[in-house]
Amino acid sequence: MSGSTRDAVMGRIRRAVGATPANDAARRAAVSGRLSGAPKGIVPERGHLPPAERLDLFIAMATRADATVTRLKAYAEVPQEVAAFLRERNLPAAIRMGRDPRLASLDFSDTALTVTTGPSEGDDLASLSHAMGGIAETGTLVLTSGPDNPTSLNFLPEYHLVVLDAADVAGDMEAVLTRVRERHGKGVMPRSVNFVTGPSRSADIEQTLLLGAHGPRSLHIVVVGEPA
Amino acid sequence: MQITSQTFKANTVKALADVDLQRALRHVEKGFIGKRQKAADALPEFDALRDNAVKIKNHTLKHLDLYIEAYVAKVEASGGKVHFAEDADHARRIFLDIAKRRKAKTVTKGKTMISEEIGLNAFLEENGILPVETDLGEYIIQLRGEHPSHIIAPAVHINRDQVEADFRRFHVHLDPERDLVKPETLLSEARQILRQKYGEADIGVTGANFLIAETGTSVIVTNEGNGDLTQLMGKCHVVLASLEKLVPTLEDTAQILRVLARSATGQEMSVYTTLSTGPKRAEDEDGPEEYHVILLDNGRSNMLGTEFEEMLRCIRCGACMNHCPVYHAVGGHSYGWVYPGPMGAVLTPSLIGVDKAGHLPNASTFCGRCEAVCPMRIPLPKMMRHWREKEFESHLQPKTARAGLGVWAYLARRPKLYRAAVSFAMPALKLLAGRKGRFRSLPLAGGWTKWRDLPAPEGRTFMQAYAQSGHGDAK
Repeated sequence: MSGSTRDAVMGRIRRAVGATPANDAARRAAVSGRLSGAPKGIVPERGHLPPAERLDLFIAMATRADATVTRLKAYAEVPQEVAAFLRERNLPAAIRMGRDPRLASLDFSDTALTVTTGPSEGDDLASLSHAMGGIAETGTLVLTSGPDNPTSLNFLPEYHLVVLDAADVAGDMEAVLTRVRERHGKGVMPRSVNFVTGPSRSADIEQTLLLGAHGPRSLHIVVVGEPA
Repeated sequence: MQITSQTFKANTVKALADVDLQRALRHVEKGFIGKRQKAADALPEFDALRDNAVKIKNHTLKHLDLYIEAYVAKVEASGGKVHFAEDADHARRIFLDIAKRRKAKTVTKGKTMISEEIGLNAFLEENGILPVETDLGEYIIQLRGEHPSHIIAPAVHINRDQVEADFRRFHVHLDPERDLVKPETLLSEARQILRQKYGEADIGVTGANFLIAETGTSVIVTNEGNGDLTQLMGKCHVVLASLEKLVPTLEDTAQILRVLARSATGQEMSVYTTLSTGPKRAEDEDGPEEYHVILLDNGRSNMLGTEFEEMLRCIRCGACMNHCPVYHAVGGHSYGWVYPGPMGAVLTPSLIGVDKAGHLPNASTFCGRCEAVCPMRIPLPKMMRHWREKEFESHLQPKTARAGLGVWAYLARRPKLYRAAVSFAMPALKLLAGRKGRFRSLPLAGGWTKWRDLPAPEGRTFMQAYAQSGHGDAK
């Protein structure tokens, strides 16, 4: 059934758009050209800032979207930052994270934290992820699925802490998409790419904005190192 | 769902008299218009991005067959499956096949208007499968047995105290003495209840804001995170999407994303923009085992190549209804089907027929705000006029309207007679109206005077006034 439906639907579309054997080659060239060239459109001016200002813009935009942001000089400081974040909010000293090598190499032995590894089953209060990048123009984090950073850690815990290498903050969305393409191959994607801009929210009751809908109530971004 | 677009006029009479609805509708103007303007003003390139978004969609529609081909190949390469659905009934049957094979009992759902279009929830219930809406607004209206009244704010017609009453009525396992005054407590109650559902679900259903041909990716744009939990925790992810969601590349998606959230909620970017490609990979520790896309036509391919083709650029941001004085007055349910407001007034006749939905393109003041704010620059008023013309051509208007137009056309073709008639009628109406200068009721104008007074003419016709002003040459 679906095969014949496909033919029927596609046949109607071809007739409607005026596809003929005569223009087939030209139409196919236009489409494959766009798919392979992936032309950039208009990138906002604010996406083109030099590194230091770019990071400042990222932090300002993420903060405006109700994320909290802190800056650290080195990865070695991350465990203390995580411990302090949980302590200040009277949260249990426990964190769940994936197998990202940059997180796996952190030494939590100087903290009282219980660190567990793997995707969330829904009973973790706080999680730690490593973003693959940031987008300065909107203060957006970019996370990709996989055992390094399981997607469930982005959505199930109430407190989501995300480590971001300052050098990975791009100016605009296109720059990060190019990076995804370089990493996974042209036309190939990880199962999910998550753009995250602030903590979850809803305005479904009387258009009044409330933070913490179904995803995290709190998004804490830990920027490590200097922009490049 | 049952179509009530035919009784639009009666629907609006009811809506105007509904005190709760009128109270709730105030939030539309307050909640959306200023925010969109602020977001548009904060991005100097906003209008240039709109122009480019239009170009991208036009190009895609002109090559839609080839982009669908490329898209399907990529979905299959990533381990997913695309099912073509001719119409609503076909889409439901495809879904049921998947559900039966998975022995599904519970289906969680992120927000999807296509699900409304195909009436999925009622169908699932008939087949012994429990649909659970997880978007807060959708969850509220599912409890109430209603349908969305807005495409991005489904429960915009409901007030906080009504939500509280519904939660007390349905969440009977919770303490009846609990305090639910604050909206926060309502949200957290819904969050707790829905938390258990995600993991229990056999299938997670979402819509799609975009389908990307380059990568075989579906994209959802949300704020709550429920759509992500739905597709992540359900063992099988089913995407419901219509043909016109296709875009060529990741870059093209980025262009349109920049105008989507700003036009919809006035955010620079929605909280969650999620690009999903295929089922979980061998090395993944979470994610769905199966990934299906039900690609729905349901009348859209018939819009291509017609005067309504531009409607297929619509990205469902809701800006047109947020800015519509008619929507502000009567709300979304009056429109009688899935899509309300100006976009609904154009799309609904295309999908269910102008014979059923002819009132909708007439329910417009032609103020033009919808077109002015549409990120995809869809000429909505022009298209409503096309529908009015089609309605006239098909003799679908009431006899009195046709007769009235006939009289007017007869006079309009005879200028002397026309001027004589109005030179008599204007002073007569002035006289009849008396000192107040307005009518509280007037034969043949009851549709107007029932709601407000009709101002009377001042006595002279335009041509007379023009001649007396010394500029005219009225012959």
